[in-house]
Amino acid sequence: MHEIVAMRDVAPNVHELVIDAPDVAAKAQPGQFAVVIPDELGERIPMSLAGWDRDEGTVSIFFLEAGVSTMKLAQHEAGDEIDFMAPLGTPATIKQYGTVFVGGGCYGVGAIYPILAAMKEAGNQVITAIEARSDFLLYNESKLRERSDMFFRATSDGSIGSRGKVKDVLRSLVEQGETIDRCYFMGCTFMMMVSSRAAGEHGIPSFVYLNPLMVDATGMCGVCRVTVNGETRFACVDGPEFPGSQVDWEELFHRKSQYAPYEREAYRHTCRLRGDRDD
Amino acid sequence: MTDYRYQGEKLPADERKRRMQTQRHDMREQPPMARVLNFDEVNLGYTAEMAKAEAKRCLGCPTAPCVDGCPVHVKVPEFLDAVADGDFMEAARIVMEDNALPAVTGRVCPQEIQCEGPCTQAKAGQGSVGIGYLERFVADYERHSEQTCCFDIDEPSGHKVAIVGSGPGGLSAAADAARAGHEVHVYEALHKPGGVLVYGIPEFRLPNEIISYEINRLQSMGVSIHTNHAIGRIYTVDELLDDKGYDAVYLGIGAGLPWFMRIDGENLNGVYSANEYLTRNNLMQAYRFPETDTPIVRGRNVAVVGGGNVAMDAVRSALRLGASNAYLIYRRSRDQMPARDEEIKHAEEEGVDFRLLNNPVRYIGDDHGWVSQVECIQMELGEPDKSGRPRPIPIEGSEFTLDVDVVVVAIGTGANPLLTETTPGLKTTSRGYIQVDDKLRTTKPGVFAGGDIVRGGATVILAMGDGRTAAASINEWLESGDWPASG
Repeated sequence: MHEIVAMRDVAPNVHELVIDAPDVAAKAQPGQFAVVIPDELGERIPMSLAGWDRDEGTVSIFFLEAGVSTMKLAQHEAGDEIDFMAPLGTPATIKQYGTVFVGGGCYGVGAIYPILAAMKEAGNQVITAIEARSDFLLYNESKLRERSDMFFRATSDGSIGSRGKVKDVLRSLVEQGETIDRCYFMGCTFMMMVSSRAAGEHGIPSFVYLNPLMVDATGMCGVCRVTVNGETRFACVDGPEFPGSQVDWEELFHRKSQYAPYEREAYRHTCRLRGDRDD
Repeated sequence: MTDYRYQGEKLPADERKRRMQTQRHDMREQPPMARVLNFDEVNLGYTAEMAKAEAKRCLGCPTAPCVDGCPVHVKVPEFLDAVADGDFMEAARIVMEDNALPAVTGRVCPQEIQCEGPCTQAKAGQGSVGIGYLERFVADYERHSEQTCCFDIDEPSGHKVAIVGSGPGGLSAAADAARAGHEVHVYEALHKPGGVLVYGIPEFRLPNEIISYEINRLQSMGVSIHTNHAIGRIYTVDELLDDKGYDAVYLGIGAGLPWFMRIDGENLNGVYSANEYLTRNNLMQAYRFPETDTPIVRGRNVAVVGGGNVAMDAVRSALRLGASNAYLIYRRSRDQMPARDEEIKHAEEEGVDFRLLNNPVRYIGDDHGWVSQVECIQMELGEPDKSGRPRPIPIEGSEFTLDVDVVVVAIGTGANPLLTETTPGLKTTSRGYIQVDDKLRTTKPGVFAGGDIVRGGATVILAMGDGRTAAASINEWLESGDWPASG
């Protein structure tokens, strides 16, 4: 069990979880993830590692409250103990590529940080873009800005930065003549799909961090199988990083939706329990 | 072969005759129609009277073929004598000298091809002595009694031993290493210890309470268990040896990579690996959903592909999850099924629809990416193949379809490369299994391996036997420091 050092609300429905895990902090690499279990009866939830402090011995994660399990996780406070396993997954290949474009949405706004920091460290010019529906949903900006050569925000309603998405930022940069050698995208599946398509349209290789369903997350169950370049791969051990242009997105969407009806059932059940407790 | 000879008194002729005419006592079990509605254990165990009577069927053969048939060489006739005398605690003690997990093996061993297979009573026609049932009985007696059957632990040796994997092999190795006085740490990737005993074998065959009890026993012997530690990621084997101060490492990591058939439609929704299906249901307790948070698809028409114990566990779980039709699709015939006899019998009684000599060729999906049908082809048996069993050959033009909403692929597992890839100096076979010598020494000094990661898919008891062998080899290595030149 690992102790929670902090649980912060960083945006509506988005939380930062900081966990005391010195051995994990010492080992974590960009692109890797963790499995978090909210309680005794809880699911094993895969979540990207968003940062680590090797001196303090802590690891941080950003997550969106999107169902019963993440709702339960968000109820925890500093001092609580949870099951936590990391680091998992194959680390990203960090090299000097030239100019690297890093895009984040949703939890990826926070979790993209290790990639861009390492890319910067490796001598790349780093362009960062983050997206949200509106300005109040963005977070983590100063940290990202600090390690980026250029920094952009995109909002669907145009309330801050440019109106649109990460893909639109990428498109306008290319149209302005910016040479981009590689793109990295982290966020919800739809965001990664449309962003990597936009990169492909401009002939730029893109890499995405897939977030399919997982159970053990060590290559044992195979629920995370994704088709990449026509072959079945296990995202938990072969990934989570894959070339965006080679992913079978339609299959991934189908597979991710498998338990949607069950999710509703879990929600009804849990909310009823909570209601009873309040009475 | 063992040199074991049973030294007990020879039975008088009339007693021997009486015993040979006594029929094997059947196990009490939940009736099939009741048990398919719950996940409680099917077998209910012997009563003390039944146990004594069954133990009194032993003929006390001096050659004790049962001991020879047991992979860990439990001194069967001696423990049966103790049971016959009503001294169940002593019986438990005798079993545990050789077997760290008797409550487990008494339930999951394929006794019919091990201890009970060569039993003289089996040849006499009244059924072999119920050695497995009796092993289960004495282990349960010990667990439910006030006293705990204790092991003698040697003086602290000053050595540290790491066990990677908390399955049956790792737990057996840990028990023996602890008894030898070593400081033992067990690393487990999942959040609960027990390996396949916890994530794989269902509650109705092996209640989790038994594993918890055995884990507690190990902890009371001073063994530390570290869950949520995926060795290969959090620490490499080299780090265990160099930085963490371990003098020896045992790799009992299992063969945790599910095989698929690489046929069309295998990535459709509703198609599970057996590992996923069983892990959701057992480790994550999806059968209690929504009380627990991990769901599982409760299919109406479920097809399980395979003929081993895992396939039986999956198809019987499907029935308990409410399937109206639970098909077992197996490409060979019943005689060639690798599953235990009792599991096949139980599955038949529970209404599993056996579709033997059939093999899936593709899965057909609906518009939403869900599996809706499995297309199968009929098979016939030809000449024996490498496994010595008749080779199944597809019959051209015999394809047919079954309507299904869940498919579970239970055709075996391969080597999971998570650890081996990050361990330089560790030689593996072309299929990724770790190479060892007869003392289970790998090509890396101080590192031992056994169970499925060496053998491929095997059984709980073979893994346990390996754990014991490795623990003995570890003692030898810690004393001598000799390691064979890697060849």
